[in-house]
Amino acid sequence: MTRSIRKVLAKESSDPRREISLSVNGEAVTRSVSTRLLLADFLRHELGLTGTHVGCEHGVCGCCTVSIDGATARSCLTLAVQADGAEIRTIEGVAPAPDILHPVQQAFHECHALQCGFCTPGFIMSVVSYFEENENPDLGEDAIRDALSGNLCRCTGYQNIVKAVRRAHELMSGEA
Amino acid sequence: MATAMFGERVQRLADAKLVRGEGRYIDDIPLEGALHVAFVRSPFARAKILSIDCDAAREMDGVAAVYTCDDLGRLDLEMPLLIPHPSLTEPRTQRPLAKGEVFHVGQTVAMVVAVDRYTAEDAIRMVDVDYEPLEVELDLEAAIQDDAPRVHADVANNVAAQFVQTVGDPDDAFARAEHITKIKVQVDRSTAAPLECRAIAARWDDITGELMVWDGTQAPISVRGGLASILGLDEDKVRVTAPDVGGGFGQKVLLFYPDELLVPFAAMQLGRPVKYIEDRNENFIGSSQERTQIHELELAATKDGEVLGLRDSFLHDTGAFIPYGIAIAQVASTSIAGPYRVPNIWVEFKAVYTPTVLVTPYRGCGRPQACFAIERAMDKLADELGLDRFEVRRRNLIRDEDFPYRRDGLVFADGLPLEHDSGQYGKALDMVLEHIGVDAFAAEQEAARAEGRYIGLGLGFYVEGTGLGPYEGSHIRIHPITGKVYVNTGLTCQGQGHETVFAQITADQLGVAVGDVIVVEGDTGVFDWGVATFASRAAVVSGNAIHKTALKVREQVLEAAANMLEAAKEDIVLEDGKAFVNGVPDMAVTLAEVATASNPLRYAFNEAAKTSTQFAPAFNHDGPALGEGDAPGMEATDYYSPPHATWAYGVHAAIIEVDPGLCSVKFKRYICVHDCGRMINPTLVEGQIMGGVAQGVGGAHYERIEYDEDGNPRNANFMDFLMPYASEVPPVEILHLETPSPLNPLGVKGVGEAGCIPVGQVLVSGVADALKPLGIGPLEHVPLTPDMIFQALGGEKDE
Repeated sequence: MTRSIRKVLAKESSDPRREISLSVNGEAVTRSVSTRLLLADFLRHELGLTGTHVGCEHGVCGCCTVSIDGATARSCLTLAVQADGAEIRTIEGVAPAPDILHPVQQAFHECHALQCGFCTPGFIMSVVSYFEENENPDLGEDAIRDALSGNLCRCTGYQNIVKAVRRAHELMSGEA
Repeated sequence: MATAMFGERVQRLADAKLVRGEGRYIDDIPLEGALHVAFVRSPFARAKILSIDCDAAREMDGVAAVYTCDDLGRLDLEMPLLIPHPSLTEPRTQRPLAKGEVFHVGQTVAMVVAVDRYTAEDAIRMVDVDYEPLEVELDLEAAIQDDAPRVHADVANNVAAQFVQTVGDPDDAFARAEHITKIKVQVDRSTAAPLECRAIAARWDDITGELMVWDGTQAPISVRGGLASILGLDEDKVRVTAPDVGGGFGQKVLLFYPDELLVPFAAMQLGRPVKYIEDRNENFIGSSQERTQIHELELAATKDGEVLGLRDSFLHDTGAFIPYGIAIAQVASTSIAGPYRVPNIWVEFKAVYTPTVLVTPYRGCGRPQACFAIERAMDKLADELGLDRFEVRRRNLIRDEDFPYRRDGLVFADGLPLEHDSGQYGKALDMVLEHIGVDAFAAEQEAARAEGRYIGLGLGFYVEGTGLGPYEGSHIRIHPITGKVYVNTGLTCQGQGHETVFAQITADQLGVAVGDVIVVEGDTGVFDWGVATFASRAAVVSGNAIHKTALKVREQVLEAAANMLEAAKEDIVLEDGKAFVNGVPDMAVTLAEVATASNPLRYAFNEAAKTSTQFAPAFNHDGPALGEGDAPGMEATDYYSPPHATWAYGVHAAIIEVDPGLCSVKFKRYICVHDCGRMINPTLVEGQIMGGVAQGVGGAHYERIEYDEDGNPRNANFMDFLMPYASEVPPVEILHLETPSPLNPLGVKGVGEAGCIPVGQVLVSGVADALKPLGIGPLEHVPLTPDMIFQALGGEKDE
């Protein structure tokens, strides 16, 4: 085909922008963002932390679960500007070192608690919080399933995720 | 002898990156300067398009382009009919963008490309489309009447295809019958709902003329072929790769969804990378769905419950289009006799257009419907004859000595004759009954009833034709530097763990650690012979191709190592990444050394390479470095093409408690006996089953795609479409049976879809059993909702 002259295309939207400063996985970040940018999109596309996934954009599936100031939250229902001044933790901030997995991550691996892996970061964030919020967590079947009931998984049938929660507790209690 | 990896519970190789959030799904791939797509979609089920005005949208800041069908040139076309069939007399397929009329809510009408998705979504609201709505009929049985509004104006009675298959002499069987059981059952529409919606990104390289496409598809090779032919490009200029994909379950194997053509097209037109990341609402109104069928089935039997013949006539809802042909209905019709001998069969179906999202296979693909129909009928037959439902099944199951059991007259979805290749059906039934403790359960049920509690036993037997052809291939190479083994195959993974099981198969032949086998699949730039991931076929078809290829490379390694070690080939052992002489482990060479030595070199780029350069002692100084007909390195390619599908099967049983006041149900136990032939990795097999059961629980009790009478989807989101959470899915007790398939060298059968197939029947038969003392009416429709239980107990329908 004949090569046509390339058009001038915009590089970014004309949305109003605002500067935000926040801490993400312990690192201070200051960025100018569109005021309607979702926190999930900010983490993923501005910061390149693509482990936070977007599965429904209406707060049901839990794939986008992160921690905001110590509380689990849906980053698809939060605007980036709302996170100004906040401390955010994402899946990328969970493992203690590049070559060491967090016990919850390790347990998910050992128990085959993931298949496609798309929901997995959200589940891990929820389970990490469950242990952080409960010094003596209830590890009964119903309690664990209740704790997991903010996250959807379409692959595993949840059984091995339940198992992984118990295994993570063992690993954290030094019963490995 | 090293432990065989085949059959071991090897932990998955893919997990390390996925648990850290380091997977690479399509929207994770950084594409500098990428533009984003959003679609204007039809708000009507059926309408004429009178006009489309894109001017306001085109003028918006940040909008790069707006396309209607008039702007697409050669892409303004009807998409290919993927699986033609003589019975499919009125095929209609989807278009990239609507032309003059729309056929379902959600159909793509115009495409906006903008700097980001936010701007693109603003712009689609500025596209002004003038519609003239038309009459619609959503009810499947009403849609085939002569006066029904038509989805396609020139398709009478909305019937796309009608097909009859016969085994034996069904009329004679019905004439001889001592008892005839009739039943009408219905399964409603659901959707795969993978957690990652569909996604596609494309980059056009103006200099090289190469089109790079990242597509979350189950069929990259087929997509590449289609893109090249439709876009008019040479195949070698189009590379399609499926990176990490967040679940598929069949929904991601259609070619083409509109975006799969239009995103590459826009990237070529605009000179910038373009991506389309489907959102959840779009997945509900734009990506394919499945399940609605209404079966009217009759069994001709003796008074002892021996089934002499079966007649089934069913309607299959194909949505607005039928690009995948009659595959689903064909699978349902050929699976209709389940695990039972049934020597005489007449089965007919009509595939019917409705003004709804198109229908293509979703995990199970017609099997859950067929299983529900035959299993409800077997329960009813037992009831009517006053026989035990287990005994009626036992009298009709294909016996061990009957295998291979052929159903002459039925052609399966692979175009090949239907033959149940192997199994122990009677044993499977015994195992489930023993494990659940049928006698103890009867006492428990009595005791519960005395307390005013209602528990029932649910039971469902399923069969699954798996591992369909035509073929898959494999390429294996031992890397000369690291000694690691690279394995490629053409199909793709959506979380099944292919990288692990394919590594296990390879490791056994080459004597390497599973972790040293690197599997790369689903990338036409790496390996481009093959078809796709569907029909529970990856382990069977690619698995055996990889096995055959590994055997070839093994031969090469043994021969080369024997030369290097100056030993007989028969004495060489491959273990721990080394070849050594049996009994003399010190006489060894590593696979890297073997691979390097078999690749004549000029430059000694590392220590091992020295041995292969032109003045090294091992070099052939008498003639060509490579003998005539020899190839460098340790490398082979091979293929596996199954003679026909291999049939897996299983029995599920559950103890279900029903609260007749609330009409709520609870699974107290769920047991699965299954047989998928030899298991490569039992942990992963169990994962497939547990996930399948969860999806089955959704389809049995919670998930129904609802349309109102005007064809508007009423629950196109996760708030209203009730996908089960951990709190709704029971733990599954799994018992394995392994009857090898005689059809392939590994003896394996597929297991991907199995778990979901019988769950509707298990739930419904369990509820019926629990509420029998209350005189509950027939339950012949899934998903079985509390309201349906209420009505079956005599409650008034809530209008």
